[in-house]
Amino acid sequence: MDKIDSKNKKTVSSVDEDKRDFLFVTTAGLAIAGGGVTLWSMIDTMNPSKDVLALASTEVDLSPIEEGQSLTVMWRGKPIFIRHRTNEEIDDASGTDVTNLIHKATDESRVKNPKWLVVVGVCTHLGCVPLGQKIGDSKGDFNGWFCPCHGSHYDTSGRIRKGPAPLNLEVPPYEFVSDDIIRIG
Amino acid sequence: MKNNNENQEQKGVTGWIDKRLPIFTFMNHNLRDYPTPKNLNYFWNFGSLAGITLVIMIITGILLAMQYTANTDLAFESVERIMRDVNNGWLLRYIHMNGASMFFIIVFIHIFRGLYYGSYKYPREILWMLGVVILLLMMATAFMGYVLPWGQMSFWGATVITNLFSAFPIIGDYIVTFLWGGFSVDNPTLSRFFVLHYLLPFAIVGVVALHLVALHQFGSNNPTGVDVKSENDTIPFHPYYTVKDYFGLGVFLIVFAGLVFFAPNFLGHPDNYIPANPLQTPAHIVPEWYFLPFYAILRAVPDKLLGVLLMFAAVLVLFFLPWLDKHKVRSANFRPFYKQFYWLFAIDCIILGWVGAMPAEGIYVLIARIATAYYFSFFLIIMPLLSKFEKVSDHLPSSISSAVLSKKFDNSTKESYVK
Ligand code: HEM
Ligand code: FES
Repeated sequence: MDKIDSKNKKTVSSVDEDKRDFLFVTTAGLAIAGGGVTLWSMIDTMNPSKDVLALASTEVDLSPIEEGQSLTVMWRGKPIFIRHRTNEEIDDASGTDVTNLIHKATDESRVKNPKWLVVVGVCTHLGCVPLGQKIGDSKGDFNGWFCPCHGSHYDTSGRIRKGPAPLNLEVPPYEFVSDDIIRIG
Repeated sequence: MKNNNENQEQKGVTGWIDKRLPIFTFMNHNLRDYPTPKNLNYFWNFGSLAGITLVIMIITGILLAMQYTANTDLAFESVERIMRDVNNGWLLRYIHMNGASMFFIIVFIHIFRGLYYGSYKYPREILWMLGVVILLLMMATAFMGYVLPWGQMSFWGATVITNLFSAFPIIGDYIVTFLWGGFSVDNPTLSRFFVLHYLLPFAIVGVVALHLVALHQFGSNNPTGVDVKSENDTIPFHPYYTVKDYFGLGVFLIVFAGLVFFAPNFLGHPDNYIPANPLQTPAHIVPEWYFLPFYAILRAVPDKLLGVLLMFAAVLVLFFLPWLDKHKVRSANFRPFYKQFYWLFAIDCIILGWVGAMPAEGIYVLIARIATAYYFSFFLIIMPLLSKFEKVSDHLPSSISSAVLSKKFDNSTKESYVK
């Protein structure tokens, strides 16, 4: 190294340290900012694209579903459970003592119209689809749904009552467009 | 200065790892202390630029592959979806598309640099030949990449180029059917091209690694072409050339970004935004610009087989350069005759590129023939003759340092303070 230093002694000693620091910091700062923005915009291509987001809402006609029946529809690639609850099931759900629940929530807070329960049909344990939609399916100990993967029992409000799942079945965002039609998403 | 990094044991995690896996010593040797001729000019930036571009191509390519569908029914649509629906998909694709062009510009300049300064001569023959292998792999990769969007140019480019192999007698048709996996360019062709387009860049990475091993065996050539004689001729790579490379990268990225943001389709062909139609050939099919000189050589020859052979020979002849040019002096700066023929050759390549884009008729055919003749004469006649008869210029410096100090060397006379 000394060969350079000895040859350039004049330049080395006349270096403006502040100017160097300024140049170094601005150069590095710009490179990091520019690189960061570029890198982010490239990584962002892996996020849901516009055509995927466009599938984000689904309308469902409820009129063909008789009392006591269920319907499964797809929303964002996931099953949505819609159950037309009987009076008995509604009473069961609203009569439960909330304080003893694993994930405390009243039935009221989980429905817009007590006749209709709308939940995402994905077990909150590790993502299996619980049984209970089809006639003859096991509905678990609480007459709602039963997840066969690791044995989670959900009640008629979709709340977790027994088993390893930590949370109630999620209620998706939805609204009644008319008396018989809901729009999910 | 030399051995403190080698023998001194470093402390901490880095030191612990380095003792067992000398990766940091390795990087230090090759990117930091690495003694580099002190007179390298900006033409020596293009190697690192090529490496960076390769990385950009691989990253954008992998991200594209996550969105792309290699099926004749879906490929075109999937590229349009990338352009319209994927977040920043337009940017991703335009970087990859124009990146291919930038890659070739850089590599062409890199090659012409080697040609001018005689970098292919002893002891760098293998280094040079590995470079030619990289060029061939790049050409194959870019050709197959261009097929993927499955537009009209993709389809007809693929048809024409694969049909080149039908020129070979007897086996030709079998080769073509084999390449296609059928009796025309179709779905099997597209899926294998996609797989190979994904694979070959990693093969390039491997050859680049060998290229660098060969480079670091004897170090860089330099504008005088004179060997490094002592430590006085070199400076450490860092910070001198890291800074120079970094500056060059900035300039390069400005050009690249200018193309991507302001003229992303300038180097492409509009017909490729029409979905592939096996029943209709576009009126005028041209390859991507970087293939034009070779395409011109193909069309210059009236015989099908001979045209194909000459086209391949145009690249393959580069392999033999170290034995065609045996002149002892490397740099064209000290070979007045070679220098003239060299520039003529550079202009010749540009002319070939230009006629390659023109219709193959009338005056263009004649120009293409003359240019083709010069292309091969340069390598096969002029180089061997000059090796024998060209006198060494008396300005040839005895060492890099003396060249820099005596200011005879034209690179330094350019700087005004010298006078
Ligand atoms: C040596 C580096 C590479 C070169 C020279 C290259 C070249 C090209 C070219 C010329 C195109 C056509 C651009 C267009 O008109 O749309 C293309 C498309 C494509 N490449 Fe590459 N590529 C490289 C590396 C890669 C890698 C590593 C991957 C994936 C792992 C990849 C994936 C793709 C995909 C999916 C397309 C189709 C999408 C599109 O057309 O934009 N490429 N490539
Ligand atoms: S996933 Fe449902 S219980 Fe484990």
